Amino acid sequence: MTSPKIAFNWASSCGGCEIAVLELGTKLVELKDKIDIVFWPVALDFKYSDLESMPDKNIDVTFFNGAIQNSENEHLAQLFRAKSKLLVAFGACAYMGGIPALANTKSKQQIFNSSYKETPTTDNPQNITPQTKFIVPEGELTIPKFYNTVKTLDQVVDVDYYVPGCPPVGSQIEKVVGTILSGELPPKGAILGASDKSLCHECKLEKTDRKVSKLVRTYETIPDPKRCLLEQGIICMGPATRGGCGAICLDANSPCRGCYGPLPNVIDQGAKMLSALASVFDAESEEDIRKLADSVVDPIGTFYRFGLARSLLRRTKE
Amino acid sequence: MQEKFEPKIVGFLCRWCAYTGADLAGTSRIKYPPNINPIRVNCTGRVDPTLVLKALASGADGVLIGGCHPGDCHYTNGNIKTLRRFKLLQNMLDQFGIEKERVRLEWVSASEGERYARVVESMTEEIRNLGPLNWKRKEMEVIA
Repeated sequence: MTSPKIAFNWASSCGGCEIAVLELGTKLVELKDKIDIVFWPVALDFKYSDLESMPDKNIDVTFFNGAIQNSENEHLAQLFRAKSKLLVAFGACAYMGGIPALANTKSKQQIFNSSYKETPTTDNPQNITPQTKFIVPEGELTIPKFYNTVKTLDQVVDVDYYVPGCPPVGSQIEKVVGTILSGELPPKGAILGASDKSLCHECKLEKTDRKVSKLVRTYETIPDPKRCLLEQGIICMGPATRGGCGAICLDANSPCRGCYGPLPNVIDQGAKMLSALASVFDAESEEDIRKLADSVVDPIGTFYRFGLARSLLRRTKE
Repeated sequence: MQEKFEPKIVGFLCRWCAYTGADLAGTSRIKYPPNINPIRVNCTGRVDPTLVLKALASGADGVLIGGCHPGDCHYTNGNIKTLRRFKLLQNMLDQFGIEKERVRLEWVSASEGERYARVVESMTEEIRNLGPLNWKRKEMEVIA
């Protein structure tokens, strides 16, 4: 039997998901004998033409990380879909938009204005913003089209499995690769490399039923390392987030920000977190409730830090 | 001539107060706009913000959550729980660019049929002035 062909790709993301694969370290060397890597931008030099020249369904599994923010991302998503037997949305961005999807709180025009015109360090007297085509003496130059709205991988192509995390933790990647190589595949659409319970189930901090009368942001306080952060007034996404990461942020005394995504059967992670947060408010009067609610500085960025593209509303109105 | 825009409003009404109030408005033959689609829930405390977002994302122009006056909740404090969520939700919807008038939380007791009718009336007019929300259509234009 020939070894399975595996591909990794990198769309709109920071690249951390591919580094997470490298973090497997020596285990990767062992894995190398069992698999045949046919595409991997972070480590190996392959060209898009290599991919295009492959017959359809030539790749056994593609781990696709990153959101879809421009026409190149979308083109590659379609290409990998055609060339792969299994397509895995790998990491928070491919699964639910991730950090890049926070761009959905702005329009393309606002992003271009901020990046190319208004930032104090920008020196752009002619106010040039990227054009998809440009004619030079040598011919026409093209760059991908930047989209107004960031999308998840499964909003542009059919996806077989999802691996959450920003990035997915090493031990989980190992399990996922093992599961897929074993040939005993879970049902299509399954979330791999994560648990079915909330992060709070694996968090070691002590939980009581304490309510809070004041919210604090992480830079304003040094939390008690033994007690539940939410009960200390720090917004922790744990109650609305799928576990499986091992609560590593909490081990560093830092709140969960929700990168493992919504729990099973939850449609909208942000809505669930909003409910969970409201339930710890120690306020009865409308006035006190309003004060607490107003102290959440950036509701979208807090409740949809990683999941805006996968949420019900997906973007802000323009 | 342009056709008059008729807002679509989804109402989540608690069975003990607002829904009974709506019933009273009906049996008393009080006139109010037919733009609301009432959904009976046991308590406003049951109205998960997901339901509100889903209504808006699926084409509703507005959402009314109707419950018992503070202190009157059949389940002691379900309405206060809703109020806590609602303030957060309001701030978040504001950030999404959805006008405040589109999502309202109102206390309507079982005896306030008249008040229910006036709430629906004012909400319908406010949303009519704002125009359609059209969240679904916006979704289609994502690539532009």
